[in-house]
Amino acid sequence: MTTIIFVDHEGNETAVDATNGESVMEAAINNNIEGIVAECGGACACATCHVYVDPAFRELTGVASEMEEAMLDFTDDVTENSRLSCQIEVTDELEGLRVTTPESQI
Amino acid sequence: MKARDINCVTIVGAGQAGVQVAQSLRKRGFEGRIAMLGDEGYPPYQRPPLSKAFLKGEMAEARLFFKPESFYAGQDIELQEASAVRFVDPAAGTVTTEDGGLYSWDRLVLTTGSTPIAIPVPGAELEGVRALRGLADAIAIRELLTDGAKLVVVGGGYIGLEVASAARQLGHEVTVIERMPRLLSRVTSPPVSDFYRKLHRDHGVDVRLEESVTAITGDARVSGVTLGSGEQLAADIVLVGIGVRPNQALAEAAGIRCEDGILVDAHCRTSNLAIYAAGDCARTDLGDGQTLRLESVHNALDQAERIAADIVGDPAPGYDPPWFWSDQYDVKLQTVGLFNDFDEIAIRGDVAARKFSALYFTDGQLIAIDAINDPVSFMSGKQLFKKGIRISKDEALAAPTLKDLTKAQPNKETAA
Repeated sequence: MTTIIFVDHEGNETAVDATNGESVMEAAINNNIEGIVAECGGACACATCHVYVDPAFRELTGVASEMEEAMLDFTDDVTENSRLSCQIEVTDELEGLRVTTPESQI
Repeated sequence: MKARDINCVTIVGAGQAGVQVAQSLRKRGFEGRIAMLGDEGYPPYQRPPLSKAFLKGEMAEARLFFKPESFYAGQDIELQEASAVRFVDPAAGTVTTEDGGLYSWDRLVLTTGSTPIAIPVPGAELEGVRALRGLADAIAIRELLTDGAKLVVVGGGYIGLEVASAARQLGHEVTVIERMPRLLSRVTSPPVSDFYRKLHRDHGVDVRLEESVTAITGDARVSGVTLGSGEQLAADIVLVGIGVRPNQALAEAAGIRCEDGILVDAHCRTSNLAIYAAGDCARTDLGDGQTLRLESVHNALDQAERIAADIVGDPAPGYDPPWFWSDQYDVKLQTVGLFNDFDEIAIRGDVAARKFSALYFTDGQLIAIDAINDPVSFMSGKQLFKKGIRISKDEALAAPTLKDLTKAQPNKETAA
């Protein structure tokens, strides 16, 4: 189990126990976190699971693929911390990861 | 009946559309009773991975479920996972289940899905002949895909080709039999069909076009397939993917109008205004003499939102263009818009490099895009169609990328 902290657009925090191997998107869905739609269920096909990764964790969460990068480019309010949460796999190293969900996905 | 007089919504079916109706009703503040009646014996789950990651063994069953079971209780959604509905009584406002349950409703939502068409040849009932619709089918097919098993896919549509792709990646010998002169003939254009034929052949699939299956042979278990040409193919598994029929029997018995789908209006109301339908089972009357039935996740979600909005009295959601995706090998297809009425096609990108888009035009205007490993064109199309921005063929081909066209064009925007 790895703790992931979801921060909503108003700054409210929810810490959840995520299972290693699942995606950050799945951790959100399994814990009833609002603000992540995930229309395609994790296929990197819809860009509705956009999150902002805490800069301290950016390196640990890896680099977006070309496909993810292209999809992200079309989400609202994309920043250099933007990722699709279905493409981040939960591992021990991500203990304490903080991601913020955008208002546009509420 | 005003929204405040609606105390009870019953949803028949617990798939993508059903779950979205229930979830959206709560999100929109509906406080009445919600009952959702599934008949598959599983918590509501995603179907798309069944022919992809799940079949390849890359995704565990638990990851298919939309929500943890605590979600339904937490949202006060009464979920029955194995309660098939026997009949709907519109006059009484009730639904009776096979196990004797009685559910009353002020509004009924039919999300009954679809059923694969059975192949009408001798031997169709043999063990090892399967369609892929639900989790039980996917589990059975996965078990049949043991070492060295030979797969024959009947029907070169998305389901068949996705299973072919998964099976090839697992090392199985695969033959695809398609009756038409090209693959995916119902859902895309010749250039994209040709691309997929080559893709599958490059991956070692034996693709047979303009070929039919006249019999499935075997003794209890399937051992082969007889083709129209007379040729006999060995087969350990036959995957039949020749289309689906909408599940409309409950609606028909309740006196609701159906025409290859439960007919609904723009708010997804059936001919009985207290009864809605969404997803694979619903056919929308577009009001111009045309009707449309879509089998896709997006359509299920979009129609479900319309129903929830209508029930609580919210404004109808804005236009959201239809979209779809398919993963085969390392190729992601994303399609947006409806290509059916096109009179011209243009290709952008590099077909040989497996990164291109087919753009479809009617009267010189862009109406749909099939994007192959080309998310920029797909997402651009989504935005253009959503905003109702009209793009001519010249503009579409001259732009460095389609994204350049999504920048504001207020003089060209029309109400979508």
